[in-house]
Amino acid sequence: MAENAKVITADKLTKRFGAFTAVDAISFEVGAGEIFGFLGANGAGKTTAMRMLTGLLKPTSGRAGVAGYDVFTQSENIKRRIGYMSQRFSLYEDLTVYENVRFYGAVYGLRSETLRAKIKAVLEELDLTHARNTLLAELPLGWKQRLAFSTALIHDPAIVFLDEPTGGVDPITRRQFWEMIYEQAERGTTIFVTTHYMDEAEYCDRVSIMVDGRIAALDTPRGLKQTFQAETMDDVFVRLVRGPKSSVEAGG
Amino acid sequence: MRAFAGFVRKEFRHIIRDPRTLLILFGMPVIQLVLFGFAISTELRTSNLAVLDMSRDEVSGAILDRMRDSEYFNIVEDVGSEEDINAAMQAGRVKLGLIFGPGFAGRFSSGDGAALRIVTDAADPNTARLLQSYAAAIVRQFQREQLNAPETPGMRIRTALLFNPLLQSVYMFVPGLIVVVLMLVSALMTSIAITREKEMGTMEVLLVSPLRPFQIILGKVLPYLLLSCLIAALILVLSQTVFALPFNGSMLLFWVECLLFIFTSLALGIFISTVARTQQVAMMVSLAGLLMPTILLSGFIFPIENMPLPLQVIANIIPARWFLEILKGVMIKGLGIQQLWTQTAVIVFMLLLFTGLSIRKFNIRLQ
Amino acid sequence: MRTILFIIQKEFLQIFRNKQMLPIIFVMPIIQLFVLVHAANFEIRSIRLDVNDMDRSQASQLLQQKLVAGDLFRIVNTSATAMEGRRSLAEAHADVALVIPHNFERELREGKNPVVQVSVDALNGFAAGVSQSYIAALVQEFNAEYLAAIAAAPRGGGQAAAIDLSSSFWYNRTMEYDIFMAPGILVVLITMIGLFLAGMNIVKEKESGTIEQLNVTPINRVQFIAGKLLPFWLLALGELSFGMVFVKLVFDVPFLGSIALVFAAAAIYLVVILSLGLLISTVTETQQQAMFIAWFIMVIFILMSGMFTPIESMPDWAQSISRGNPVAYLIEIIRRVLLKGAAAGDIAQQLWVLSGMAGGVLLLAGLRQRKSTA
Repeated sequence: MAENAKVITADKLTKRFGAFTAVDAISFEVGAGEIFGFLGANGAGKTTAMRMLTGLLKPTSGRAGVAGYDVFTQSENIKRRIGYMSQRFSLYEDLTVYENVRFYGAVYGLRSETLRAKIKAVLEELDLTHARNTLLAELPLGWKQRLAFSTALIHDPAIVFLDEPTGGVDPITRRQFWEMIYEQAERGTTIFVTTHYMDEAEYCDRVSIMVDGRIAALDTPRGLKQTFQAETMDDVFVRLVRGPKSSVEAGG
Repeated sequence: MRAFAGFVRKEFRHIIRDPRTLLILFGMPVIQLVLFGFAISTELRTSNLAVLDMSRDEVSGAILDRMRDSEYFNIVEDVGSEEDINAAMQAGRVKLGLIFGPGFAGRFSSGDGAALRIVTDAADPNTARLLQSYAAAIVRQFQREQLNAPETPGMRIRTALLFNPLLQSVYMFVPGLIVVVLMLVSALMTSIAITREKEMGTMEVLLVSPLRPFQIILGKVLPYLLLSCLIAALILVLSQTVFALPFNGSMLLFWVECLLFIFTSLALGIFISTVARTQQVAMMVSLAGLLMPTILLSGFIFPIENMPLPLQVIANIIPARWFLEILKGVMIKGLGIQQLWTQTAVIVFMLLLFTGLSIRKFNIRLQ
Repeated sequence: MRTILFIIQKEFLQIFRNKQMLPIIFVMPIIQLFVLVHAANFEIRSIRLDVNDMDRSQASQLLQQKLVAGDLFRIVNTSATAMEGRRSLAEAHADVALVIPHNFERELREGKNPVVQVSVDALNGFAAGVSQSYIAALVQEFNAEYLAAIAAAPRGGGQAAAIDLSSSFWYNRTMEYDIFMAPGILVVLITMIGLFLAGMNIVKEKESGTIEQLNVTPINRVQFIAGKLLPFWLLALGELSFGMVFVKLVFDVPFLGSIALVFAAAAIYLVVILSLGLLISTVTETQQQAMFIAWFIMVIFILMSGMFTPIESMPDWAQSISRGNPVAYLIEIIRRVLLKGAAAGDIAQQLWVLSGMAGGVLLLAGLRQRKSTA
């Protein structure tokens, strides 16, 4: 499924805030149409790395390319080719479903007819046509998240970055959400997703696990479980994150 | 008690960790004091004058010399028509014009009434009136001297300017500034701080802690109480050292009244926070409902007696109006509590009222 | 261009949907216009007199009648001793205390100069100065009238006036203070909208996190700034139109000059203020901080603007500072155009300065506005 074209490349990508190194020379590649899981404990540097790739944050050093453009010099070109769904829910609560979708579609330069067709398609797909004039503030969180995802895809980006998209959402909605992700990947969109939920990691084509600003492991979920001789991704994660500490204990 | 001390310490830290706001809180009164003391003045300095002289003789020349010699006027334009004066005023180059009629010297000596017209830019009516009276006084003085007239009969007035003989604006603004700053810190800041706690949900955490509700409120307002006192002291010290403002009354009475007003403002702040759900609402209510009226309707800048009746009535329910009278009385006029008990009683009444209302509101919310 | 229009549309939708802010935007100005014009003025409408008439003669009665004939002076107390008069000043029951001496009438008739003691509560220096000059003027009239009345009888005194002095008050014949204040208040109105709403609007998107989502879109700096500032620019100009109609109808402010010129000047001025709001939003993280800074700047701008006290009365250093104050320029322009009928040529200098400021602050704010952080 994964083609050879690399749509995201990172080479020793680093971000320092003063003396603190948030992301420490990470290198990886993501192929077109891949679902790439980006895992790590809180504060491991996931969000920082993602913000650099989306052009929200200037990297300190290293190199990175997204959709064939350089993160340092061509971030505006990148922005046309990517979609982004941030950790904090970030559609406008005081606008209606329709107004939110229309606004973002227009911002990405969709022309009137395309825009109208797109809005219709999005609302139908989410089964939100009846709620098109409902204020976002009145929608349940799960619906909002799914709408945010569809909105991030409104301009058919090559890559979509999802920063903990399912935080605080019930299990059923999470499942629906992942179905949407799969569908989108089928259509050839690359998905770059950070998550806390290890069961979600299983759904990814490949998973990288960040510990203290570095990539501690990167492989398919199956490969990781084999390497770490673990039953589940949960065990893999715990072993990696607790790793250094337990070895100290063992040595002492 | 130890829990309470810890809580108060935390509250102080919140305030100290926001240096930007702190800087504005202390910097604002200082800058305003400097502006009011040195920059903003209603006293007229030299004003520009245009002359239309149809006579150009020795008498009109002599009057113009008098104008030039006075500290108030500076003759900048010698024009040929009334329209030129109009143009100069439109362009803002002059504030008044003098128009000498034809045959000035001749009519002056024959006693036929040499025509002299003073034209002022009355777009600013107060300034115009003052300029007109200064110019007229110079002309009359000249006439009296020239005619060697004996003292004209008629009454004279001897004016005594009490309390502020040099008519300095600081005298008015220092008490006013203290009132506004106390209101700003005690009411506005308090209401926002408590509402923030509600908005963030941390109020719930505090309420389930061993702290009693009144301790929570007390802990929240204590830092602002101290801050208010510090700023009031700062203004007071500056006004005495930099502006040599006299302090004629009792220092004890001053601080007692200040504390009374601070408590009233804190009660108002707490009351607002029990009603407002978000910081923004608290902010807007405090700004529009407390700070604006305090600045506009307390008599701080604008005398209450000059307002239309409805506004005068509204002014009476503003605590600052009463406190300002007290401050002026204590600081500058040297009054004691005997003369100020009415105002003090009004403030005490308001304090009790707002405290009562807040407690009721707060209790309802707890149930 | 299309993007800008959609941002503007979005902003308007949000503005009109906010049930708490809407009244603040539209009702506050009306209240402000009423309260500010009536409360915030230095026009002395009422001076309370305390009179201690020791003469109790016809002449002293006439003097008092003369004083209260206009609506300005009001006798609130008659006291018997000088002490009593001073006390009513100290306790702020009266603004001015008069002592009319014994033999006031006799001395007047004898052509002497009886001296009336006038004590003024000078705490409010400005009001004191005005009261003083009013009294002086009235006394002069009293002297002329009284002496003329008795002239026929005992002594043919008063000589013919050598100078026939007359005064005209241009642009404001009736000396209405409202007319002087109204332009200043219009300026305060649109400044509030520009500085507070525009600044807080962007900080609000920062606080709620929606700014992130905008920052990953291809919206460029120009589109963002134009889209964010134009709604408030339009809103403020709308409010100005409303305010102009209001001051015309309620205060009957003369519109001598071109109204288009006023709007043109306001349009340029608003760019300065809105950019300043934008600049504030780039240096603050919370709405509370933004509000405090905006408030601080506005207070200083207004105090130094010449709205209440003439800029010419300021010392030189303060006058130099107020040359950098956009509020001062717009108030000056509006007063000159509306009240004095100045044409574009008369205010060209002010317009140029405002345009320069607009360009400068907009550029500065634009440069500080970043989609990515370092």
